[in-house]
Amino acid sequence: MIQTLAFYVFAAVTVVSAFMVIAARNPVHSVLYLILAFFNSAALFLLMGAEFIAMILVIVYVGAVAVLFLFVVMMLDINIAELRQGFLKYLPIGAAVGTALFAELLLVLGVWTTSPIANEMLRAKAPDLARMSNTQALGQLIYTDYLFLFQAAGMVLLVAMIGAIVLTLRTRPGVRRQRIADQIGRRREEAVVLVKAGVGEGVSS
Amino acid sequence: MTLMEFFTTHWLGQLIVIVAQCLAITVPLLVAVAYMTYVDRKVWAAIQLRRGPNVVGPFGLLQPFADGLKLVLKETIVPSGANKVLFVLAPMITFATALIAWAVVPFDDGWVLADVNVGILYLFAISSLGVYGIIIAGWASNSKYAFLGALRSAAQMVSYEVSIGFVLVTVLLCAGSLNLSDIVKAQAGGFWNWYWLPLLPMFVVFFISALAETNRTPFDLPMSEAELVAGFHTEYSAMAFGLFFLGEYANMILLSGMGAVLFLGGWYSPLPFAPFTWVPGLVWFALKIAVLLFVFSWTKGTVPRYRYDQLMRLGWKIFLPFSLLWLVLTAAAIQFLG
Repeated sequence: MIQTLAFYVFAAVTVVSAFMVIAARNPVHSVLYLILAFFNSAALFLLMGAEFIAMILVIVYVGAVAVLFLFVVMMLDINIAELRQGFLKYLPIGAAVGTALFAELLLVLGVWTTSPIANEMLRAKAPDLARMSNTQALGQLIYTDYLFLFQAAGMVLLVAMIGAIVLTLRTRPGVRRQRIADQIGRRREEAVVLVKAGVGEGVSS
Repeated sequence: MTLMEFFTTHWLGQLIVIVAQCLAITVPLLVAVAYMTYVDRKVWAAIQLRRGPNVVGPFGLLQPFADGLKLVLKETIVPSGANKVLFVLAPMITFATALIAWAVVPFDDGWVLADVNVGILYLFAISSLGVYGIIIAGWASNSKYAFLGALRSAAQMVSYEVSIGFVLVTVLLCAGSLNLSDIVKAQAGGFWNWYWLPLLPMFVVFFISALAETNRTPFDLPMSEAELVAGFHTEYSAMAFGLFFLGEYANMILLSGMGAVLFLGGWYSPLPFAPFTWVPGLVWFALKIAVLLFVFSWTKGTVPRYRYDQLMRLGWKIFLPFSLLWLVLTAAAIQFLG
């Protein structure tokens, strides 16, 4: 009973906060609602017994991705009137993108429920929990059964990373850089001169 | 229904047991946090040849409570330009995240509130949440010093989390489990069996990253007094400030606890024979945490503050490649030797 209750609480909070992400006036509040939504989805995963995915969701999305979002959004000079200005102008495009995504989701769901391959996978026996933990089962799938697909996904990410670096890296002339080796390599004799100053004489350079 | 059955089967009884267990962890923890502030000041004073707090109570032992009382009685001021809800929420997040992580820490064999299979991931997830309290505090204060402090802190904590992540992966490769109790059991035996010895470089990386995660000297740039007044909590007063302060110390104790579990063999005694094994595991665990906390205070008294670019360089250009290399080496050693 408590599990069902917990499910409905988490699900309701997820849906409401996901709605507030697009409805909140302040972008920082939007990101905070997004974090709340991530959190509650992690809780939903926990209720399903997928503790590894739940923790990874919190570590990756809440702990890293959303921090960077918040970082960027906080630096914005927020002008709500200006944000609202283009609302009607962009509404058709936004609606089109939304419809396309929704249609794709429906398509995926439809294929998943009707396709014989998917049905076969659904009927395949899940590994026995007593013999193999959730984490082990995932590791088995990713690193043993689908190793090459996993590596391919890694390569795609690497290409994206290199692309981002190439796009943003610029070499400006005349920039003075710190050479750490030089800084550490400096010796006391090169840097400090000890002078014994007599009273009333001072130090002459 | 007997009383025993009520506590083990009825939902109300189970609830009472869980709440009692939570209190049994948090109340001693809060006392430890209060006394950590005292010990910190004493150690720091001893390093500077001062006496430290010695007026309130014998040896100044009541000083933390006097400070706490002072903070409670002060007025909470919310700046007029601040975002009020978030301004109040931020210290609560910092404090709560520092406390809830203790749910999975094993104090002794079987003495753990939630013996979850992914305990180490839970710890990592919760410790990565601490940054939110700081970012939100800095943004909601609507003050440039607080904001700069929050930005520094966020960048710093995200950077050092990466190397802590690699350290955790190395440890769990050696232990073969994500469960904290199993990780401690994998180190059974004397101090030469604990992971600090085979993973000594990772232990050093872990400790330095822990200093950076808790915003302690030499990485206390988020609240460097000389530049940013008090960093992200510039605008906070009274108990809101107190919650940040307590949260910071609770985080230090938490990371010391993580260090004790991952590298110093948790509840095991350093010499695996009598009379050392007569001492309860809880005492050994507390002693190990105390040793690590002393090193925290010691560092604070000895080391000057890093410059911001040096901090980032250390995190990304030294610790990240180094811990990655050690991870690969450890994995290879386990694969081919063990």
